[in-house]
Amino acid sequence: MNPALVISKREIRAYFNSPVAYIVVTVFTILTGYLFFTQLFLEKQADMRPFFGVMPLLFMFVIPAITMRLVAEEKGSGTLELLITMPVRDWEVIVGKFLAALFLLCTALFLTLAFAITVKSLGPLDRGPAIGGYVGLVLMGGAYIAIGVMASSLTRNQIIAFIVAFAISFALFLFGKLTQFVPESIQPIVSFLSIDGHFENISRGVIDSRDVIYYLSVIAVCLLVATTSLESRKWK
Amino acid sequence: MSDVMIQVENLTKDYGPARAVDKVTFNVRKGEVLGFLGPNGAGKSTTMKMLTCFLAPTAGTARVAGHDVFDESLEVRRRIGYLPEDTPIYRDMTVLEYLEFAAELRGMDAQKSRGRIKEIGGRCGLSDVAGKLVSELSKGYRQRLGLAQAMLHDPDILILDEPTSGLDPNQIVEIRELIKEIGKERTIILSTHILSEVQATCSRILIINGGKLVADGTPESLTSREKRGRYRVVLQAAGAAFRSPEAAQEAIRTSLSRLAGVSACQTVNGEDGAHTFGIDASTPDDLRPLLFKAAVDNKWSLLELVRESVSLEAVFRNLTTGDEPKSESKAESTSPEARS
Repeated sequence: MNPALVISKREIRAYFNSPVAYIVVTVFTILTGYLFFTQLFLEKQADMRPFFGVMPLLFMFVIPAITMRLVAEEKGSGTLELLITMPVRDWEVIVGKFLAALFLLCTALFLTLAFAITVKSLGPLDRGPAIGGYVGLVLMGGAYIAIGVMASSLTRNQIIAFIVAFAISFALFLFGKLTQFVPESIQPIVSFLSIDGHFENISRGVIDSRDVIYYLSVIAVCLLVATTSLESRKWK
Repeated sequence: MSDVMIQVENLTKDYGPARAVDKVTFNVRKGEVLGFLGPNGAGKSTTMKMLTCFLAPTAGTARVAGHDVFDESLEVRRRIGYLPEDTPIYRDMTVLEYLEFAAELRGMDAQKSRGRIKEIGGRCGLSDVAGKLVSELSKGYRQRLGLAQAMLHDPDILILDEPTSGLDPNQIVEIRELIKEIGKERTIILSTHILSEVQATCSRILIINGGKLVADGTPESLTSREKRGRYRVVLQAAGAAFRSPEAAQEAIRTSLSRLAGVSACQTVNGEDGAHTFGIDASTPDDLRPLLFKAAVDNKWSLLELVRESVSLEAVFRNLTTGDEPKSESKAESTSPEARS
């Protein structure tokens, strides 16, 4: 097995051996369930859109909470030394940890399929936006996780890791809201950087390569920074 | 050349403006157990971290099993087993889970690793705690687990940072035996504060102080290299010549201190007219003939004359507390603590 997968297996086990996974999954499903069912009962509307709509905001709090420990904890307790003196490449450590957090997020998202089933049993489910929405959630979640892994690799303090990850995600989130206030010439750039704008496109059921590329680039850049930060111990 | 497993040349590491390791050069051959000694903060752990590819040297090179620690770090890491200081092991895993994780990470075949884990677990005395969480283990067991993971893949080179810290005396003996046994065919570098441990397990000693290598040799060569010898003489003087035993003792002491090559002479005790003196020599020459002649000339009866062997403790203290004549390193060696 590739060392990255061995590491991610260990991290997944660490998540599920501790309360972290259960708390995150429970809080996540309760919050999304509340938002979904209020809509359903108050407005008598079986629709996935409000559920997807709140996700960029919700991820901002939930994902830094699951990523903050990934590297920072190992730096703090010294286990990183034993891990990276084994025959593993630095990027394998980072990618392994990224995949573990992505797995946890997918577990939480899997449980929310109950909402899709509810909608389907009450009326016709609009398949395109639903599938697009979930694909978008995984892509956007991946970007948030990569930001979190990067923040975690920069410090040995988990609280700092949380706050940095939150701040970066929030900044990317704000870009989407700021488009009206910036000069017209840089508007396209600002709106392109917006982390939830691309998700809105995908969750309409249109999977455009521009949006996919945006998330994949955020993931690549953040994981690269995280790997570099791990390597920085070797700078002369 | 082929049996040189570790080759270190002018290895230097700076932490910001502070120099932790300063141009250290040494070789380690196959089958050697090398003891790494030095006060806290002398640069032992830093050197080990560079050999295990955790840190990169600021200058100089280190080759482990023929591979450069910087350019071919993956190759190096495949061939070593490393026990870091304080044994940092995931606390949320059980002993067995951790060993399985380490085996998988090293790409060991699942079938083979199961047998190997059982074997190494038995050798390190871990069989009883296989299902326990690492966070529940005592320091001694955690240390054994650290050793077990370092030896799991049967590496050619073992680098152990304070392998016996936190163990009880019985465990220390067991681990030393284990190290000795493995050291026959493999290469081991271990660091320690316990000097008797070095004498018991190591075939060679490096003493490092203030980042500089100050001694390199076998335990025997280091202790015999120590120049200022120490002697113990027991003499009896004819009672008639002196008014009292005390006077006799004082007279003998005075004449002994006047001998050439004697830097100090203390009275240890004097019972039944037999006076015991401790003599510090100021030269490396053997003083025994001189002392014997003095006894004959003065008509003292020589009951005992022993040249005491210098302990490794004395060598260590001499080399690391700054009465070393090397004046350039003096400032650093007088305050080794400042570095930690």
